[in-house]
Amino acid sequence: MDFELSEEHRMVERMVYDFARNEILPSIREHDRNGTFPHELLPKMAAQGFMGICLPVRYDGAGMDFISLGLLSEGLEWADSSVRETIAVHLGLHALPIFQWGTEEQKERFLPPLATGENIACFGLTEPGAGSDVAAMTSRARKEGDTYLVSGEKMWITLSDVADRFLVFAKTNQEEGTRGITAFLLERGWAGLTTGTIKGKMGVRASNTGWINMDEVPVPESHRLGEEGEGFKIAMSCLDNARYTVAAGAVGLMKYCLEASVSYARQRRTFGQPIGDHQLVKQLIAQMKQRIDLGELAVRKVGWLKNQGMRNTRETSMAKWYCTESAFATASDAVQVHGAYGYSDEYDVERHLRNSKSAVIYEGTSQIHQLMQADYEFGNRTDRPLRCEMPGYDPEFWQN
Amino acid sequence: MNIIALVKQTPDTAQLSASMDGVKLSAEGGPRIVNPWDEYTLETAIQAREEHGGKVTALCLGPPEAADALKTALAMGVDEAVLVSDPAMAYSDSLTSARILVAAIGKIGTFDLIVGGRAAIDGNTAATTVQVAALLGVPLVSYVAELRNLDPADRTISAVRLLEKARETVTSRLPALITVVKEINEPRYPSLIGIRKAARASIPVWTCADLGLDATEVGSNASGVEWQSELPPLREANIEMIDGGPEDAARTLVDRLIEEKVI
Ligand SMILES: Cc1cc2nc3c(=O)[nH]c(=O)nc-3n(C[C@H](O)[C@H](O)[C@H](O)COP(=O)(O)OP(=O)(O)OC[C@H]3O[C@@H](n4cnc5c(N)ncnc54)[C@H](O)[C@@H]3O)c2cc1C
Repeated sequence: MDFELSEEHRMVERMVYDFARNEILPSIREHDRNGTFPHELLPKMAAQGFMGICLPVRYDGAGMDFISLGLLSEGLEWADSSVRETIAVHLGLHALPIFQWGTEEQKERFLPPLATGENIACFGLTEPGAGSDVAAMTSRARKEGDTYLVSGEKMWITLSDVADRFLVFAKTNQEEGTRGITAFLLERGWAGLTTGTIKGKMGVRASNTGWINMDEVPVPESHRLGEEGEGFKIAMSCLDNARYTVAAGAVGLMKYCLEASVSYARQRRTFGQPIGDHQLVKQLIAQMKQRIDLGELAVRKVGWLKNQGMRNTRETSMAKWYCTESAFATASDAVQVHGAYGYSDEYDVERHLRNSKSAVIYEGTSQIHQLMQADYEFGNRTDRPLRCEMPGYDPEFWQN
Repeated sequence: MNIIALVKQTPDTAQLSASMDGVKLSAEGGPRIVNPWDEYTLETAIQAREEHGGKVTALCLGPPEAADALKTALAMGVDEAVLVSDPAMAYSDSLTSARILVAAIGKIGTFDLIVGGRAAIDGNTAATTVQVAALLGVPLVSYVAELRNLDPADRTISAVRLLEKARETVTSRLPALITVVKEINEPRYPSLIGIRKAARASIPVWTCADLGLDATEVGSNASGVEWQSELPPLREANIEMIDGGPEDAARTLVDRLIEEKVI
């Protein structure tokens, strides 16, 4: 058993944190205040190879492993959740699923521009009337010749107004529930496809969240991902990737909150001593560290499982549930340590608190994860092998 | 072009203030990083190679852990890295360090350009690079904020120096040694592909024996300067009340300030 990061991982960690500190932190508070998307960051992230960090070099990725993907997510969310979201969605929910489920032709065609950041991609599963209950979706696709006509509305879609590539899910068979769902790869500019932005979000205000409207969008068969009816399985496997980045990111958010709280608790004095000398404040700090340590263990284990190519749906769900709830509690405690100052946007902890609430909702609400965990225990849920499994990390394959 | 980049590993002062009480810039413990000024060194060297071809060798004198700084240099894109390290070399002052570096430069071979940072953030003497240039007998162009013209064919370099209240353009022959300031460029981050290569690279370590140096020629015994300062420096303060009317008090105050060399 080895809990050490390798030298390579330590270098990735340092570089990502340097990037977060120098490129994201200086402007993120302004973006958050104004609700603007930091477009200027995308080319920088792309130049660093972030957009395809764990895609193989043969598809223009950086050829790194899943632990590196976790470290990237952690470092980005240390600065702001919205930037990590971009990686979760673009890579976790779009590019990696193409790598897992796509035909070789689709991989060669779609992955390189995603890996280099030439294309930015999103994932449209949720609808105005269907979130946790995926089978309730009403988006539909009917086939005419070798073209599908896709219609429906997707809601709460991260990057909807920024992306130029869309992985969307629609029913090809209305009679079936989850088995009637099929996955499609749409492109901006196609007839009948429009997008918009949702305003007034509580947090992740520097992220773009919006809707996708599809009105008989013609989608060639070459842009169907997987088989007809395989969409639900694909969507769930997408979540196995992205939930890992969400969990890892939550650890980064907690680390920021702890650092800020320790530094503040050293300086701020009440009743003749630094507040860090009061036992109840110490308790808040100790609990933050506890959550970070346990969350990090859960995340690293999932990264290891992914590198081994072992099924990790349950462990990923557990890590996501634990880390995001912990991040919400930690950010709240961090605001508490800062007192009234923490309640103002002069300090970053209130931004982290608002951000952290989003992650206990998306990628499966905390309630859904609890149902999943219990269902595994009662034997109501088992993970059957998929037609296309995500392969384990093989440096030979990834780097050549 | 053969370019040598002088790189030092230093304590991470940013981390120190955040993570330790009563900042002590000691050599032991605490996170260590590439001397921030040397990030500009590396960027300058790599850019010169990108423009003119050739090879960049990063050279570092330090304890075994300093190999970490060289890994960063490799990840940023230098071609080779050499660590000069020997327990006997510990506590060398800047002149002795310069002698060791010159011996290592001799072993690397011919060079067209040596690049260093304006200073290292730990000792902050800004002396070592100057002494390296003097010992090698090559021109020194310090505080370079801009490379106007680097011409390997013509064997010249023209650079803008950033002085306290002026900018000075200097043209020198090559080989030369330049030290750079942060105005010169925007250092790149290590790339992921660079990190992969660097993690696999094994960095040669040259000891006294490899450089033909005797242990008595290096380290604290061979050094004239000894570091004894405690950081942060102790502060002494006291209060003195001056009696008398305003005119007398002012006179006394001015005398005292002159005495204390405040004015
Ligand atoms: C910032 C943000 C970004 C998002 N980005 C994306 C994206 O990129 N792509 C995308 O497809 N979606 C995205 N979403 C949508 C997100 O995945 C959904 O909001 C989430 O799945 C929950 O669905 P819902 O909002 O419809 O809530 P509902 O499903 O209506 O749930 C409402 C409440 O009921 C609870 N609940 C529901 N069912 C049960 C049950 N069976 N048992 C117990 N409790 C239950 C839930 O836990 C929740 O508390 C995003 C959401 C947010 C906030």
